[in-house]
Amino acid sequence: MYGYLFRRVLGTIPVMLVVAIFIFLMLRLTPSDPAAIIAGDSATTEQVAKIRGQLGLDRPMVEQFFIWSSKVLSGDFGESFFFKKTVASLIGERIEPTLSLALITMLLAVLVAVPLGVLAAHRHGSWIDRIVMGFSVLGFSMPSFVIGYLLIYLFAVWLGWLPVQGYQRISEGLGGWLRGLVLPSLTLSIIFVALIARMTRTSMLEVLSEDYIRTARAKGQSERKVLFRHALRNAAVPIVTVIGLGVALLIGGVVVTESVFTIPGLGRLTVDAVLARDYPTIQAVILLFSFVYVMINLAVDMIYTLLDPRIRY
Amino acid sequence: MADVILDTPIAAPAKPAATFRNLHNPGVVFGTTVILIVLLMALLAPWLGTIDPTAINPIARNKVPGAELSLRTDTGERIKMIALFGTDGLGRDVYSRVVYGARISLLVGVSVALISVACGLFIGLLAGFFRILDAIIMRVMDGLMAIPAILLAIAMVSLFRSSVLTVIIAITVPQIPGVVRLVRSIVLSVREEPYVEAAVTLGTSTPKLLWRHVLPNTIAPMIVQGTFICAAAILVEAILSFLGIGVPPEVPTWGNIMAEGRQVFSLFPHNIIYPGVFLAMTILAVNVLGDGMRDTLDPKMAKRV
Repeated sequence: MYGYLFRRVLGTIPVMLVVAIFIFLMLRLTPSDPAAIIAGDSATTEQVAKIRGQLGLDRPMVEQFFIWSSKVLSGDFGESFFFKKTVASLIGERIEPTLSLALITMLLAVLVAVPLGVLAAHRHGSWIDRIVMGFSVLGFSMPSFVIGYLLIYLFAVWLGWLPVQGYQRISEGLGGWLRGLVLPSLTLSIIFVALIARMTRTSMLEVLSEDYIRTARAKGQSERKVLFRHALRNAAVPIVTVIGLGVALLIGGVVVTESVFTIPGLGRLTVDAVLARDYPTIQAVILLFSFVYVMINLAVDMIYTLLDPRIRY
Repeated sequence: MADVILDTPIAAPAKPAATFRNLHNPGVVFGTTVILIVLLMALLAPWLGTIDPTAINPIARNKVPGAELSLRTDTGERIKMIALFGTDGLGRDVYSRVVYGARISLLVGVSVALISVACGLFIGLLAGFFRILDAIIMRVMDGLMAIPAILLAIAMVSLFRSSVLTVIIAITVPQIPGVVRLVRSIVLSVREEPYVEAAVTLGTSTPKLLWRHVLPNTIAPMIVQGTFICAAAILVEAILSFLGIGVPPEVPTWGNIMAEGRQVFSLFPHNIIYPGVFLAMTILAVNVLGDGMRDTLDPKMAKRV
């Protein structure tokens, strides 16, 4: 078991290495010269050459990669061209809104989607099942920014219940923080609910046809206990897997949702960095998001053994 | 002689039945109908009562849907027309922009689907058939898959000048690893089939083996996967344009129209609502078509999902 865990953790290293090489090469092979961007339009050729020397851009590519990756490993992502501060501090400022949004969305999605999926599987073929399945197809197809604007129009502009846009830090009061996050997390959770509800339904349908479910019902177990204790626990592995994989969707969704609701988080930072061609920031944010994604899926693999004691590595 | 018999494509007998079943699947019928309507709209855009979608009209800025506006034609005479979907902040006709916007969405969706399936097939066949390449290719694909798709597309867009081609490339690259994995898994299972072993024993050359025995097995899953990629690509194009990093802003696309309407959204929601409805309907139609085709073409896959 510990041997497996160890090998699984080691297995993430080549993946992250490929990600790092890819991001490094991608941004180094750009037609535009970072030194020229920093120097500005009025700089002379000598000034550009000097900055290139300072950044180490005149050294061989392999050497540059090792310098860059050893810096990254020690938490030094360099300095942002555009914001004129270190990328690490920039990320530090922007991480709270993104983390709040992601966690609340995740919580909301799981709390809504799992019961919906269980209900749909329980009443297989009924109108509830059809509504849940219909919603899940619709949820995949509705672009999150369209949903976001519809919600803003309905709840903020028309009814005036919630703030239109913006973000209040958690240190300025829990109520304001939560009120500001209701619409963004609702927007973001829709695609997630669609994904999780669909997988819960499929997985539950498979488990509900097992012999031990018939046995549980035959011995007079209440239907609720059959569904949640006997069936859901056994159906949990694919559900947790899809939640882990869905984090990629969540990260993509964060970028869009933060732009719709003008939340100053990492997603907005990514878009601003791309608009300003701020390559150190782009590199750092993508590396960070990919790292989080890989780590969450590593954690999901570990959770399997807790959910299903039969899985022994 | 035995070779001739083995050479008949395996998937062939199933085909008429699959097409027949397609017509009875409500998803396929609905999806195809909506996509045909959007396709006709894109092709016939100049004859659908539209005006130049890029024509700026300063005196008719931010008109609500149904407002009457007068504009000058190329010949200099003034005509009156109804702005069915209103106008945007630069006085451009939103209806015309939405109709023309269908062109870019479909172009991006179809090109991304075709290119990523073609690249994925090629790389996947290589990975599935050649052990030495397999390890390297799959490590690279694992790495690419670890970067969330939209983020990878955003990063790739930042590398080049914004154009439709840049957007197509940026959306295609993140889709390739998924196709490669699917193709590889099909190749690995087909390799064990008796008819492939028989063909190998008979001395069929590797390219011929791939072309006649392996490739036909990938057709149905590729059609289904390609449809889902098409829907995803239309969505990602709209997202990139909406964020202001996709297709250049003067090109009418659904994402660009919405990006234009962001600032004045609470006063003039029509800039977001009309293109949003068209976008959502198109993506829904393509997704529903994909679901329907998966159920009819690829019953094995339908059971898994």
